[in-house]
Amino acid sequence: MALSGLQIFKLLPKTNCKECGQATCMAFAMQLAAGKAELDKCPYVSDEAKAELGEASAPPVRKVTIGTGDMAVTIGEETVLYRHEKRFEHMPGLGVLITGDMDDGEVDSLLEQLKQQEFNYVGQTLRPRVAAIKADDGARLAELAARADEKAGAALVLINEDAAALKAAAEPLKGKKPLLYAATGANYDDVAAVAGELDVPFAIKADSLEKLAELGQKAIDADFKEVVLDPSSATLGDVLMDQTLIRRAAVKQTFRALGFPTIGFPCDMTDDKMQEAVFAATFIAKYAGIVILSDLDPARVMPLLYLSQNIYTDPQRPMQMDQGVYPINDPNKDSPILVTTNFSLTYFTVSSEVEASKVPAWLCIMDVEGQSVLTAWAAGKFVADAIAPFIKKSGIEEKAPHKKITIPGYVAQISGELEEELGDGWEVQVGVREAADIPKYLRQMSKN
Amino acid sequence: MSFQPHLEKCKGSIREVAVGAEGRIGGESTFPFHLWEGEMPNAPMIAMEVYDEPQPDWPEAVRKVYEGVMDDPVAWAKKCQDELKADAVCLQLRSIDPNGTDASADEAAETVKKVTAVLDIPVFVYGTGSADKDADVLKKIAEALPDENIPLGPVDDSNHRLVGAAAMGYKKPVIAFTSMDVNLAKQLNVLLVQLGVPEDKVIVDPTTGALGYGLEYCYSIMERDRLAALLQGDDKMQMPIFNNLAPETWKAKESRVSEEEEPTYGDVETRGILWEAITATTLLLSGTDVLVMRHPRAVELVRTAIEGLQAQSKEQLNNE
Repeated sequence: MALSGLQIFKLLPKTNCKECGQATCMAFAMQLAAGKAELDKCPYVSDEAKAELGEASAPPVRKVTIGTGDMAVTIGEETVLYRHEKRFEHMPGLGVLITGDMDDGEVDSLLEQLKQQEFNYVGQTLRPRVAAIKADDGARLAELAARADEKAGAALVLINEDAAALKAAAEPLKGKKPLLYAATGANYDDVAAVAGELDVPFAIKADSLEKLAELGQKAIDADFKEVVLDPSSATLGDVLMDQTLIRRAAVKQTFRALGFPTIGFPCDMTDDKMQEAVFAATFIAKYAGIVILSDLDPARVMPLLYLSQNIYTDPQRPMQMDQGVYPINDPNKDSPILVTTNFSLTYFTVSSEVEASKVPAWLCIMDVEGQSVLTAWAAGKFVADAIAPFIKKSGIEEKAPHKKITIPGYVAQISGELEEELGDGWEVQVGVREAADIPKYLRQMSKN
Repeated sequence: MSFQPHLEKCKGSIREVAVGAEGRIGGESTFPFHLWEGEMPNAPMIAMEVYDEPQPDWPEAVRKVYEGVMDDPVAWAKKCQDELKADAVCLQLRSIDPNGTDASADEAAETVKKVTAVLDIPVFVYGTGSADKDADVLKKIAEALPDENIPLGPVDDSNHRLVGAAAMGYKKPVIAFTSMDVNLAKQLNVLLVQLGVPEDKVIVDPTTGALGYGLEYCYSIMERDRLAALLQGDDKMQMPIFNNLAPETWKAKESRVSEEEEPTYGDVETRGILWEAITATTLLLSGTDVLVMRHPRAVELVRTAIEGLQAQSKEQLNNE
């Protein structure tokens, strides 16, 4: 059972030494209770307190890191079932399956893709990072693992039932933290021993949650922290059920034996590549930590990466665009000037409609802390005496000196005041309320 | 210690709403596809889009599917029913847009009449979001088709009296549209019910964002809607959810831009179809009851996902 902040506080040294990074022992206790800090941060905690607190202070879903450097994948540390309650912490690691029967050309082209592939979305770089290497032959497994490390620096999942084969492949790469997959009821002791010896994470796999929990408990009893779960769900419905019940076990029941992140293999669920992407989406929305695909076709990887970002973005903090003037469709000095807020959704909707209109235009994006037009207006941030100085300083007058600006239709009421604030012959035009009407508005405007 | 899964006991359930002659949506007594702890008597319904005027700006991937029927909503609707085996159709009345063709309410009603006449499957009728014009048109449709059980939308807080009254008079379900906000959604449901619209004639459209364009807002709002409806038993939130997703996903730049223009994006047709199918699948997981979709391949992918989600090995739960 989780302890409260106050219960934890009683077990701490109460010296307020600040070495844990918190101002007071009480603040540290609260962080521990919320699963946001690790007890190891306190250098003075007694062994008795450690034993008592160890259980209570670990995050409900343990943190696991696979790989190193830019390609490292950190998963776990999740504390909620629904993203609106707090937020989901770590986007799942997306990766590709590389098998022993692929020829070298195919392997290299997948690794090259893994290394190169990235997409920029709302100022973030999204990319796959994982290579899951599956080969029955131990020598081939080791060879492919070394290749994936060398050519792509990938976070590795090594797949084999034989602990000796896993050891041979992982040992030269143990500093890169490959994930050993998987310990089952049949080989648990051997695989766990290798993971312990090499200090690398390992996966446990069972065909029911009950058996999975038994293995998880064994791992906990041996003080393993970096464990990944595979409930080997047979159908998409089982994926939903297993992932949901595992997450509930961790965050609602503080059931430590299932308090680990998960791995899923949509690549094994269907031969239809597009269907595979749809199945992968289910894993991503529903709590999976690592998701393995059968290849890296960008048309399928891109929507899945966007989905990870969407699901894992912080719902309390709206995504924002940088303030500035954005040229669309190659505008010139006569092109219309539009202004709106820096809420990313507003920006995306407006800019994609302007783009679709094919009319060249200047889009001035004003920093209102990521609020939408009406919210920012109501909060007094998107109002005449704030917009005018932004426009003056934005440098738009040098780019397009015609002094006509269009404001969103929803803030029509500020047009007079904005004209006054801008002065100097500026003319404020009231645009449309809905982004969908922008193309028509711009086309009409460019006809006049 | 052996593992006992935590099962949620829901206080409330989603109302079942009849659509068309025999269609049923809603009725869940649990979270989406949580069949191990509750019932989901009706699988989410996929309503394929039919437009009442040609859509020349559509991306090639969808334009080529409907080539030849684009200027004939009746042929388009028949294609959806007979050839594409749609569960239902959503007739998008784009022609009534006051900023576009601005077709009259009578013309729109005539189209709806012709389309429903050739279909056996349920028809949802959707306006353009211009509250005044939609009110005119939806009212007229309710009067002109007294015997058809066609859900009419979007109904918002500014036209709910007009459309609500007509819908009540002619026993039509309404689709209550609010802009990405749980409280506004509840408020509009309350207004409609106070007006006298029966609770089992209200469907809600919480606003649908496409993947990359606000999907996460819509996802969380739907999750919160369902938590209120099921766990708290809030009877003003127990309405089935309607997601008009196709117009959003096919508008996204990522569904349209060619591989020539963006070489790292991959095949545009695959991308467009997946943009629709993945958006739809994410909505399945957050509580949709009606998905408005466009591309037949995306529909097929989502149908397979629905079948997959319905297949669960409940026997592994040891406390049953």
